[in-house]
Amino acid sequence: MQYLIDQFSDTIRAAAAHKIPLCIRGGGSKDFYGNRMVGQEAGMLDPAAYAGIVDYEPTELVVTACAGTRLADLETVLSTHGQMLAFEPPHFGSAATLGGCVAAGLSGPRRASVGAVRDFVLGVRMLDGKGDNLNFGGQVMKNVAGYDVSRLMAGSMGTLGLLLEVSLKVLPVPAMELTLRIPMAEAEAIGRMNLWAGKPLPISATCFYDGALTLRLSGAEPAVRAAHAKLGGEEMDDGADFWDSVREQTHPFFQPGKSLWRLSIKSTTLPLPLPGKQLIEWGGALRWWASDEDMDAEAMRIMVKAAGGHATLFRSQELYAAVFHPLVPEMMNIHRRLKEKFDPMGILNPGRMYPPF
Amino acid sequence: MNPLELVNRLRTFLPSEAVLYEAEDLRPYECDGLSAYRQTPMIVALPQTEDEVVQILRVCHAARTPVVARGAGTGLSGGALPHAEGVLLSLAKLRRILGVDPAARTARVQPGVRNLAISEAAAPYSLYYAPDPSSQIACSIGGNVAENSGGVHCLKYGLTVHNILKLRVVTIEGEILEIGGESLDSPGYDLLALMTGSEGMLGVVTEVTVKLMPRPEKAQVVMAAFDDLRKAADAVANVIGAGIIPAGMEMMDKITTHAVEGYVHAGYNLDAAAILLCESDGTMEEVAEEIQRIDEIMNQSGATEIRTSRDEAERLRFWAGRKAAFPAAGRISPDYYCMDGTIPRKNLANVLSGIEALSAEYGLRCMNVFHAGDGNLHPLILYDANRPGELKMTEEFGAKILQMCIRAGGTITGEHGVGIEKINEMCSQFKAGELEMFHAVKAAFDPHGLLNPGKAVPTLRRCAEHGAMHVHRGEEKFAGLPRF
Repeated sequence: MQYLIDQFSDTIRAAAAHKIPLCIRGGGSKDFYGNRMVGQEAGMLDPAAYAGIVDYEPTELVVTACAGTRLADLETVLSTHGQMLAFEPPHFGSAATLGGCVAAGLSGPRRASVGAVRDFVLGVRMLDGKGDNLNFGGQVMKNVAGYDVSRLMAGSMGTLGLLLEVSLKVLPVPAMELTLRIPMAEAEAIGRMNLWAGKPLPISATCFYDGALTLRLSGAEPAVRAAHAKLGGEEMDDGADFWDSVREQTHPFFQPGKSLWRLSIKSTTLPLPLPGKQLIEWGGALRWWASDEDMDAEAMRIMVKAAGGHATLFRSQELYAAVFHPLVPEMMNIHRRLKEKFDPMGILNPGRMYPPF
Repeated sequence: MNPLELVNRLRTFLPSEAVLYEAEDLRPYECDGLSAYRQTPMIVALPQTEDEVVQILRVCHAARTPVVARGAGTGLSGGALPHAEGVLLSLAKLRRILGVDPAARTARVQPGVRNLAISEAAAPYSLYYAPDPSSQIACSIGGNVAENSGGVHCLKYGLTVHNILKLRVVTIEGEILEIGGESLDSPGYDLLALMTGSEGMLGVVTEVTVKLMPRPEKAQVVMAAFDDLRKAADAVANVIGAGIIPAGMEMMDKITTHAVEGYVHAGYNLDAAAILLCESDGTMEEVAEEIQRIDEIMNQSGATEIRTSRDEAERLRFWAGRKAAFPAAGRISPDYYCMDGTIPRKNLANVLSGIEALSAEYGLRCMNVFHAGDGNLHPLILYDANRPGELKMTEEFGAKILQMCIRAGGTITGEHGVGIEKINEMCSQFKAGELEMFHAVKAAFDPHGLLNPGKAVPTLRRCAEHGAMHVHRGEEKFAGLPRF
């Protein structure tokens, strides 16, 4: 499939020569996420054809796949070997690709217990903004040769390069999973989630919504049973569907409204004083707020900053609202300098993360 | 700027005892844990506060003076080797634990805090800091961040990069960056990942917020003996293939078990070609179930002897030998040289036979200890520096091992860093474009190349000079470096 890489590289070189922005887009499942691209006459760069698994050795716990590989296909192959992408990436549609998953950097319910996309990225092969084919990281678990450019690519929204291949650490699917539901108030739920996270309990996901805390236990059956006995709560029959609905945002809470805010904060933060309902994940560290009312974005960002985190306008009907939390000038400076090194002509997904680049 | 002028400039805001420049005061800083490389710095600065770090960096930046940051000096790749015309910035006096937040399971610490001291401070809350490099009694968290240190338990609990939330970093220009946050992610690029393992090339860390984990209820270890290395390697794959992620999985070869047994009396099977230690931790129920499965797998994989620790004392005794491998090497040989390659585990048996062949070729013994779960090899080449030419042969032997790791699909360094030691091997692992990108990343943070110059990433010129390195390396080590 070298010809595909050559094609991508030619496209990037031509775009760089004429300073024409390129929109990197795989399955398009996350088009809604991030800022609009800057530049009207953008060319397209669609890596979907560069698909397939390059190397997978279950006993090495490592898979390498092309960026255009559909996330669903990759997960199917892993599951036949009893393994999984432990960070449970949201797909937001069947067309979702591995490249998009890594570029968006989003993780699902298991994130608080096992880590995020970036924690599982071991290596990448990519084209930078000059069309150069570069490899960073590798296919092994421990590797400190060179700067960790591969993890830097996770969540970079395609602004630093076109991902070609990604190597990920994979984990075994737990022998057993059990979902519990315990009715309680929000403040109590936040306290419990933090308390339990500090105990050796096999909790792999948490979600508070509408007066109930939902917990997932994962592991060997005796361990899961023992933890259930300790924690109490009612076992849910459709646990897997529930976590799927939280991850894919098909849960009724996420019904399209005016805006959906993603508030990533310190897990012990007391209930945020926001009108209407919130859905809380990640042991209290991720709070979703859906609203039909107008929210002063500035006020929201100040409140969330005080809670040790940042606010993302995850979904909005307003096309040109700023999505990501603004960076302080020193950080913006470093971001611009890095962008300039990876993409000197500023042609890759310009503005998708922050308008200046 | 001449040295005395710089000393005077630094002494305008630092007490005089915090700025060293006399030869006898500089001597203790001439090397880190890789003592084969020595260089006294021009000046040593010992700040006590972040503000002093900022001022030192501003002065050095203005004077275009190189700065090498140093933590506890336990690094094994010469990352903290001083620069002859530079300032060695010791962070040893920034050693306060600023706070432990048991509810949020985090600790905020200064860079000079020892790795183990964090776990000690967290112990009253039944929490601990997971990464446990073997030097954890002495090594500092700032150094751990610089090297992305791992440890015996990192297959299950991750490396430094997986266990920190936030850094305060001072750039060479004297600006303070807050990277990461108290939340699980941050806006913008993942600079937390980029900083971790950057070997002091991008900025100076002045504060680290680490994640703390709940201490497992129980830990138990299975010790299995094998009459063939290949069988031991297969047993490791079988454990992982069965869906078990052990808390630790370590392998030692025969020469290692013999070296340590006489030292710690761990009760290792001395007839075995390889010993595997496989640990399970978690809740009582989890451990009971997992240990039983591990035991069965070891049996099916052809172990000649299997023992499971019956109590905590026995567990620690089984581990004592593994932990004593380095000192044991020092007991049976005047000198040893520790390598740090990582390979896909499936190639273990081949790489070990390759090392054995090289050992015969060079007439140098080599002990192999191995973080088997994640493929990280630590061959310890035994030599005698007093025998003319033996160090040179050792380095050649080591370089060949690293080349073999690259060919096996692995890397030249799993956890010790490139530093000065493996800088030539970087030319083999990376193409010119990739090395150029590393230099570009550095330039984004440090445009004048003042932080730890000459480490971690070789110049293309240096690689060109060493182009035929694997064919006839060894005529002149580090030809590109100025000699003093």
